[in-house]
Amino acid sequence: MFDTSTSSTDLLTEVTAFLWKEADILDRKAYDAWLELWLTEGLYILPMGDGEDYENQLNLCYDDDKMRRMRIDRFNRGFSISSAPAADTVRTVSRIVIDSVDGEAIKVRAAQHVIEDKFGRQRIWAADVFFTLKKTEDGFLIERKIAKLLNSGGMLNSFSYLF
Amino acid sequence: MSLDTPKFSELDAMYDVENAKVATEMYEDPALFKEEMDKIFKKTWVFVAHESEFPDKGSFKLSHVGLDPVIVVRDRKGTIHCMVNRCRHRAATVCEVKKGKTSSFQCPYHGWGYGLDGSLRAVPYPEQYGDDFDKSQHGMLKLRTESFEGMVFATFNYDAEPLVDFLGPEVCRYMTLFMKQGGGFPVKVIGEHQFSVPMNWKVQLENTTDAYHFPIVHKSFMQTLDEKTEDLFAFMDKNEGWVEDLGNGHSIMMMMPSREDLDERMDDPIEPRFEWLAEEIRKEGYSEEQVKRIVLAVGGPGFNMNLFPNVSFSLSFFRVLTPVSVDQTDIRHMALGMDGGPQIANQTRLRLHEHFQGPMGFGSPDDAEVWERVQRGTQGGEELKILVNRGMVDEEPGVMGPRGHVSAETGMRAAYGMWKRMMDEGANDV
Ligand code: FES
Ligand SMILES: [Fe+2]
Repeated sequence: MFDTSTSSTDLLTEVTAFLWKEADILDRKAYDAWLELWLTEGLYILPMGDGEDYENQLNLCYDDDKMRRMRIDRFNRGFSISSAPAADTVRTVSRIVIDSVDGEAIKVRAAQHVIEDKFGRQRIWAADVFFTLKKTEDGFLIERKIAKLLNSGGMLNSFSYLF
Repeated sequence: MSLDTPKFSELDAMYDVENAKVATEMYEDPALFKEEMDKIFKKTWVFVAHESEFPDKGSFKLSHVGLDPVIVVRDRKGTIHCMVNRCRHRAATVCEVKKGKTSSFQCPYHGWGYGLDGSLRAVPYPEQYGDDFDKSQHGMLKLRTESFEGMVFATFNYDAEPLVDFLGPEVCRYMTLFMKQGGGFPVKVIGEHQFSVPMNWKVQLENTTDAYHFPIVHKSFMQTLDEKTEDLFAFMDKNEGWVEDLGNGHSIMMMMPSREDLDERMDDPIEPRFEWLAEEIRKEGYSEEQVKRIVLAVGGPGFNMNLFPNVSFSLSFFRVLTPVSVDQTDIRHMALGMDGGPQIANQTRLRLHEHFQGPMGFGSPDDAEVWERVQRGTQGGEELKILVNRGMVDEEPGVMGPRGHVSAETGMRAAYGMWKRMMDEGANDV
């Protein structure tokens, strides 16, 4: 049972709206707006394989606030050949499940499908995405986002965008 | 001698040594690729694994030698074996687990069982093979395997020279220096990034000792560094470093000569960027000498070394290439840590690796982009040549071969010279 004043359906609707907003921001590459969605202590992680000791394992990315800002700065400045221009992406987020609600912290998981296009070549990526969201006066903020790509521990390609 | 003229007897047209010009077909011709797989990847020593990836008796990992999928495994006595991952009955792969531990390999199709050394041990219902079926003739296809400094190489060629002769004295010396980034602990592979790039394998072979691209391709990475670190990477401007042909296609790019041998930096003060780390390690009770050694190790040595044909040592990681087809190559970037070293030091190494390397690093995606651009570019202007002549103007003799400016293309000339030598061998055989 969710110990929140809103009904579970209302909460799911609110969470879904937030996840869709984030997905839209990422597809539009409005990265400054994306940074606004985060708590300063938030961690953005793309792990590899099944391990969950992210701090002590090699990840695709393990971003605290500083790394996140540097990553976005790198995208924005236009000196990175792989992201100038980056691949175009169209993504959907679905199969949203609220795992738990603990005070202001909401744990959510969802499926994310991303299709990228660069040089007219399209690639498909799928990920299980795990969020810890914090409910604040200004709406939800992300405390943790973990995107586990299918075959994350195997052979991938390089990415010029975010999941 | 056969009457057929070898298809690529025109090797001079492929690589013109005198003018250091490479033909477009070198990246584009599927028949040439096939010939390379036979004459290079089936003939020479190919890196397959680091010993720390399968440390125990019975532990194994899957790898490749050219196009051939192989299993690298340690038997009960600790001896390392490498064999083609293919059942001798009707060819099924005997193992699809990338890494693990086992006492034997059993084919999933009809159950033939193989020992850790690849020998055939058991055949279910053997009667139908008759009495003269010789198990010893049906072991998995074995490669010759030798190691140096924990790096395991294998070859199909039982007549190949010993590994250390193939590497040569200078490569061996630099490998030993490279491993000092264990900081007094054994070097351990602590993870690997893998990404596939639509490019010919030689585009990658050229890259690890190419300093010329660094300030351009990696500008966006440099911009994320603090001033002191950025200065460290400004080796192009300083004119201190060099690139040297180390023989047999191998080459070294010495970017920061002051970091050739980390032991020689033991009297230096700790770099400001790692002060916090030194403090953390001190707290764990390490001696001041150890703290210094470990922090130096975290920073890594100051050179890249490229070994022909498939592995390189790049500051603080191994880069391994696996050819897939004429225009597709798989790349692995293996992160290195200190086996038994302080956790915080290894965490720092992991974060530094993630910063530059892999599919979402601040460096690798830009490398991958330009490599692909080479492959796309060679689809036009077939008659034009690829130039690897940079730095020939003032090359001088080094220990094993020519030595040039840090941004010289000496390493590429070394690799293409070896390529030509290997492709030429056997050209006049039956
Ligand atoms: S294919 Fe392996 S036992 Fe038949
Ligand atoms: Fe590079």
